[in-house]
Amino acid sequence: MSQDPHPPVWRRFAPTPAGAARQRARVVVVGAGPVGLAVALDLSRRGHAVTILNRREAIAAGSRAICFSQRSLETFDRLGLGELTARGVTWSRGQVFWGAQERPVYAFDLQPVRDQKQPAFVNLQQYRVEDALIAALDDYPDTQLRWGHAVTGVTPLEEGVSLEVQARDAGYVIDADWVIACDGARSSVRQALGLDFEGRVFEDNFLIADIRMAQDRPAERTFWFDPPFNPGQSALMHKQPDNIWRLDFQLGWNIDREAAVRPENVDPLVRALLGPEAVYEPEWYSVYTFQCRRMSRFVHDRTIFAGDSAHLVSPFGARGCNGGLADAVNLTWKLDRVLRGLSPAALLGSYDEEAVFAADENILQSSRSTDFMTPKSATDRALRDAVLELAQDLPFARGFVNSGRLAAPVAYPQSAMSTPDEDDWHTGPAPGTAAPDGPLDEGWLSERLGPGFSVLAAGWDHGPRPDLTLVDIAAPVATSALARRYDLTPGAAYLLRPDGYVAARWRAPSPARLETALARACGSLQCP
Amino acid sequence: MPLITTPNLAAPDAVFARLRALSADLSDAESLKVQARLILLLVNHIGDQAVIDEATALARAVAG
Repeated sequence: MSQDPHPPVWRRFAPTPAGAARQRARVVVVGAGPVGLAVALDLSRRGHAVTILNRREAIAAGSRAICFSQRSLETFDRLGLGELTARGVTWSRGQVFWGAQERPVYAFDLQPVRDQKQPAFVNLQQYRVEDALIAALDDYPDTQLRWGHAVTGVTPLEEGVSLEVQARDAGYVIDADWVIACDGARSSVRQALGLDFEGRVFEDNFLIADIRMAQDRPAERTFWFDPPFNPGQSALMHKQPDNIWRLDFQLGWNIDREAAVRPENVDPLVRALLGPEAVYEPEWYSVYTFQCRRMSRFVHDRTIFAGDSAHLVSPFGARGCNGGLADAVNLTWKLDRVLRGLSPAALLGSYDEEAVFAADENILQSSRSTDFMTPKSATDRALRDAVLELAQDLPFARGFVNSGRLAAPVAYPQSAMSTPDEDDWHTGPAPGTAAPDGPLDEGWLSERLGPGFSVLAAGWDHGPRPDLTLVDIAAPVATSALARRYDLTPGAAYLLRPDGYVAARWRAPSPARLETALARACGSLQCP
Repeated sequence: MPLITTPNLAAPDAVFARLRALSADLSDAESLKVQARLILLLVNHIGDQAVIDEATALARAVAG
């Protein structure tokens, strides 16, 4: 998503002094957005000192990520930021309208399976998430967040990376063992290394109007195709906390982008949607275009890319920030093992494979949504409109209506880290897919999983292991929602990765099978 | 089941006439949409992605 490079400021920080002319660091994270901060916090919690460099001396306000998926909320909870869920606006339902019709052509519920700790989605301003992550970093004095430090040069070393950094007061050089580039769509690290960023540019402009108003609409995602208030285009409405609403209007390609954000030009659109009597205050208006593109690889020796620096998608589907947070979660436990000497650096190759695979899935989904929203030809439009017409009366056609397929954890069916099933399973998450949460005793499975590998078992008689967190639901299996969700028969077990993906599962586990699966998932035979 | 490419209709002339009548009196744009609706109805009825893939490939190959 490409936006105004100078969005308004939510919170300003004092510039951090440069310090010594030559410095060393174990891990440098470039970029203090949600992805960089999540990487830094996760690594800090695992005992590592992280240096975070942020170009600006502020957190931006304005129109950025707002929809945080269940998986992202589980990540925040695991990082000790569970309060973010309650801070946001919870929603799971969406409605799609077409033309002037008052009845939706399609409605969906993203959380058909209830009884999980986290809701399907919450809407929360990106700056609230950044605030919480920054505050959490205060507990880790060895981790430093430096404001106003721009990376101006990147030189790969034999076993590390040398960064030239420009602070407000002086420049300096910092030699790092690892650099995690989370510095966004215009990544200075990517540009300094001259790396590729290939993909597709969509010829369309969208106006985001974040407005403040007190209104009792339900917290739902409302999407319009070709509404009377924006003919021939689409529109989207979403509720945020603090009485802020996001209105998103498709504008088409040949427009005057500066004129489009002037309040006198936005006001008629807002009133056309909300009604002429609407009482609101503008919060922030911006026009964005977007691209679907990615780097061909995310791991370049000791420089690793995550989030928007590595891949960009259209915003429909909330796959940008959620996809970046998924990168962070995939990366940190692997980097932790490498930093502690438990796994070879080659383990990070699996981050490259899995995160690239996930990026392709997200790009595919978001490109398809965009193609549905913006027909490219008369034939395209006929096909799209035929779907919308049929969807009103015939249920089959609703499956074709695509106003954004919302972020869900991407499965890695071919991941080399997974142990293929040898037994028969009727349901439950297969190896390489995300392990769903479920009720357990008075709490939740997600609260019982450890920072490392976990075993979820229905009766485990192979003894404890210091390196594994054991979650044994024992009997009575048949009545447990969790056992049904995982198809757990007596004696069966799942091996879960630290990022909550299934590594292996067995009807009849044995220490030897467990050992082999762990070794495979750790990229070495010396696991842990 | 693979795509059937041998005769499978009892009255092909009547079906052809029905397809022609589908777009009679319609503008090109309307006709495109009606044909799209028909395609969507039929692909859902077929319900087999392999058959649909085969048919789309063949449609494109013959046209090209």
